[in-house]
Amino acid sequence: MDDLLVEFLTETNESLEKLNLEIVRLEQNPGDMELVSSIFRIMHTIKGTCGFLGLPRLESIAHAAEDVMGKIRDGKLAPSATIVSLVFDSLDQIKFILAMLGESGTEPEGDDSNLIAALRAMAEGGDAGSGSHAAPHAPAPVAAAVSTDHTPVSADSAELEAAFAAAEFDPPTPDAAASPTPAETSFENALDAIEKKEKASATKAVQAAAVKKAEKPKEAEKGGDKDSNQTIRVGVGLLENLMNLVSELVLTRNQLLQISRSEKDSPYKVPLQRLGQVTSELQESVMKTRMQPIGNAWNKLPRIIRDLSNELNKKIDLVMIGEDTELDRQVLEMIKDPLTHMVRNSADHGVEQPADRINAGKPEIGTVRLEAYHEGGYIIIKIADDGKGLNMGRIKAKILETGLSTEDDIAAMSDEQLQQYIFKAGFSTAAKVTSVSGRGVGMDVVRTNIEKIGGTVGLWSVEGQGSTFTIKIPLTLAIVSALIVGVAGERFAIPQLSVTELVRVSANSEHRLEYINGVPVLRLRERLLPLVSLHNILNLPAESDSKKSQFIIVSQVGNQTFGLIVDKVYDTEEIVVKPVAPILRHISVFSGNTILGDGSVIMILDPNGVAAKIGDLSNEQRAADADAKVNATRTNEAMAMLVFSAASQTPRAVPLALVSRLEEVDIKDIEYSNGQALVQYRGSLMPLLTVTPDHQIGTEGVKPVLVFSDNKRSMGVIVDSIIDIVEEAITINLPSETPGFIGSAIIRGKATDLLDAHYYIHKSFSDWFRAEKNPSTNSEETGGRTGRRLLLVDDSAFFRNLLAPVLHAAGYDVVAIDHAQKALDLRDKGEMFDVIISDIEMPDIDGIELAQTITSGGVWADIPCIALSVHTDPDMFARGRAAGFVDYVPKFDRDALIQTLAQQLNGMSIAA
Amino acid sequence: MTSPDTLNTEQQYVTLVIAEQLFGIPVLDVHDVLKDQRINFIPLAPNQVAGSLNLRGRIVTAIDMRRRLGVEPEVARHSSMSLVVENQGEMYSLMVDSVGEVLSLPSSRFEKTPATIEANWREVARGVFRLEKSLMIVLDVEKLFPQIVENDAEAA
Repeated sequence: MDDLLVEFLTETNESLEKLNLEIVRLEQNPGDMELVSSIFRIMHTIKGTCGFLGLPRLESIAHAAEDVMGKIRDGKLAPSATIVSLVFDSLDQIKFILAMLGESGTEPEGDDSNLIAALRAMAEGGDAGSGSHAAPHAPAPVAAAVSTDHTPVSADSAELEAAFAAAEFDPPTPDAAASPTPAETSFENALDAIEKKEKASATKAVQAAAVKKAEKPKEAEKGGDKDSNQTIRVGVGLLENLMNLVSELVLTRNQLLQISRSEKDSPYKVPLQRLGQVTSELQESVMKTRMQPIGNAWNKLPRIIRDLSNELNKKIDLVMIGEDTELDRQVLEMIKDPLTHMVRNSADHGVEQPADRINAGKPEIGTVRLEAYHEGGYIIIKIADDGKGLNMGRIKAKILETGLSTEDDIAAMSDEQLQQYIFKAGFSTAAKVTSVSGRGVGMDVVRTNIEKIGGTVGLWSVEGQGSTFTIKIPLTLAIVSALIVGVAGERFAIPQLSVTELVRVSANSEHRLEYINGVPVLRLRERLLPLVSLHNILNLPAESDSKKSQFIIVSQVGNQTFGLIVDKVYDTEEIVVKPVAPILRHISVFSGNTILGDGSVIMILDPNGVAAKIGDLSNEQRAADADAKVNATRTNEAMAMLVFSAASQTPRAVPLALVSRLEEVDIKDIEYSNGQALVQYRGSLMPLLTVTPDHQIGTEGVKPVLVFSDNKRSMGVIVDSIIDIVEEAITINLPSETPGFIGSAIIRGKATDLLDAHYYIHKSFSDWFRAEKNPSTNSEETGGRTGRRLLLVDDSAFFRNLLAPVLHAAGYDVVAIDHAQKALDLRDKGEMFDVIISDIEMPDIDGIELAQTITSGGVWADIPCIALSVHTDPDMFARGRAAGFVDYVPKFDRDALIQTLAQQLNGMSIAA
Repeated sequence: MTSPDTLNTEQQYVTLVIAEQLFGIPVLDVHDVLKDQRINFIPLAPNQVAGSLNLRGRIVTAIDMRRRLGVEPEVARHSSMSLVVENQGEMYSLMVDSVGEVLSLPSSRFEKTPATIEANWREVARGVFRLEKSLMIVLDVEKLFPQIVENDAEAA
């Protein structure tokens, strides 16, 4: 195809886009003469170029349409809806012919006489419409126009066109404007002159175009014309290539700068600085070439809305805000169709018929509002209508009909949840399928497309008030702002989007790392933040120097928040994301790689991949959060904790109630038997354990020992020093996977590990529980070692862990459950117990209610129930008694509990 | 690229040495020969991947050919030579001990890879050229890469 023709096609297509927009605007502002002139000019240029290129079919349509516009400009015709529709029709026809032209290189055969006739009739009608005196009036405005501020060439030629048209349709009218000397010239002369002018019009049109370009800056100043013809089309490949070259340039510049730095007083210094600056600017500009205003994706929308309102007999206003918001062209391409679809939906489903709107007390004209703006690295696009909103009743009916959910489930769902169903495939609530929408293929596709580019769609809708869709998409897929961090001498990029906060930690700063059995945590605004070292995730050697300050990158992925420990934080940099080689694609923690300004290649961390890698950890964290919440409500009462230090900087603690004695043992007295440390204690050997297997207790000196004992058996845990006894309400924050610890809590403002006494008792007497079952070791004192079954009901895992070993050690077969309902379930299953110990404060069914239920009848009616509570006031005591508890024990009084149990069971056996 | 054994013409090969063995890659497959590039380490990558480097704005993945062929890494590498090849649109830099001259070899001297050669060598060899003083193994660039991920998966 001819180069000229290709250029014509692209230019004309652009002009048509622009016309589409401007004609809709004209319909809304019929008086905007500047707009009319602009439309007329574009039409005229199209017509002129067509004539010049020898495209008669296009030329005649453009000509006829131009005539109509000419009449409007001259004020002889008002831009009514019919006229605008007709002009649109001609635009469509021109587009159609252009498409064919693009394919075949020649104008297709066809007849446009109907369209042209209609246009002419319109132009003529305009004349007639302005009154019976139209003809005599005609010359005046034309003449006036010639003398006004219009550019001479375009005005001249344009007026001639109009005049010619007038002459053609209304031959008897003497045309004054056609010749420079009006009145005297005869009609024939006028015609001749017109014909000559017409022949020259192709040349004129070219001149007109030239003049139009010259006018551009003026218009831009006036802000009248947003679209610009001062653009050229460049292949994307070329831009990509340009970008690579610029990167290369940056690299070379940096090398040069490095060389110049080593040489003092180099004459190159100043020019190099300049080079550096220019390079940076160039880099920025090249980056910008990828960005396009979102308005480009909106161009078609006014026309769509206009056609729709005609088709559906609705009155709809389209308001567009923020057309200049820029985003990556790749993203732009991908949201074009979803956006069109959603706007269409809003007009079709959302906005009501004018009559309905008036009935509903709304303005007759509905509004579809399209809005785009930047927000934190994202583009937010809102599509809002003030229509009828989503019909909840119909959604529910549809859900049932399609079997997506059951009636019960629907009843339990919030409106928001129900509204989400419109994003499901095949879900349309439009009562009838229009040509526009209602086919149920749409919103699901919209959502999929948007999610594909890392975006989200939100929906807000109130029945009767309208709906708003909010689309959130990343600015660009290729360029992200990233934080460059250093770990073990390597650098990595973390996308800024997932970084919520940066915390510097060092031994003497406000924030410092605390360790729970070697696992770091950070206290951040009264919360413990789980931390992972990037060293561990990437399998890099950790830096041993803990005195150096480190940085915590607080990241949020979905609902997970975690901190990444890194050695250094360099800077933020706009990076171009490049995919990794196929042989590296299986490494999930990287989303790509990039070349930094200094030319080095670094990997980009994928926050999702990192989160997945520590996913197990965070799931536990969530579970612990849930647990902690329970505990937080449960342990508002103060509890005496023995705080000590052992094998770690982190303080450790154990509930004081569990410790029978505190002793001091001289290390010299420690003996070993079979690898087990023992010490002579009260006439027998007591096994000793360290808190962790690798804890070095040294070779001499006196060490404190926590003695846990039951009856005659005791075991000791060697610690470094006793710090304090603290009475404080505690909240367990993290469950511990480390054997020997229940979890951690903040005690006296410090992260503290909680010792699991059960673990140590178990460890030193691995034979203990086996021995329990052996009647020969039966203790006479309690008389209860032969498998007395005890049911412990307590909703807090912490207390179950705390009490179960104590009770176990006391010779009971303990079944510990976390919910009163489970106790009743056990009863129904026919399980039998000798005694029941229940907490009072529990969710759903509290201890009082449980006791009432148990004692009021059933197979458990005779089992003694013992209440366990942190509250020990007489009122509670009385309530407990009334409910059927035989006794009432304070929660942390271990001895009292054991005694009470023994009394109850002995009493019972006597009674039996 | 035509297989040397079907066409009785001369083909040019860039020669290279890995662990004292002479190898050849068709000259048209070689984009670049690099010396002493700064290589950025990639954590968690298969061990045959030495890292990545920036070649005029393109990211190139460096493959340690000694590891790829399962021979002991050199104790101290004074300088490293790399050949840049392309595979499925991606650039790879093959780190070798040294790069030699370009040889023009007639297909008459070409033979299939002897079956007795170790499997991990055989799978990347297209065949062997009998040279005057030594044998030159023709590397099959295509086959170098898919195995890397598989090997890594096995090791993991």
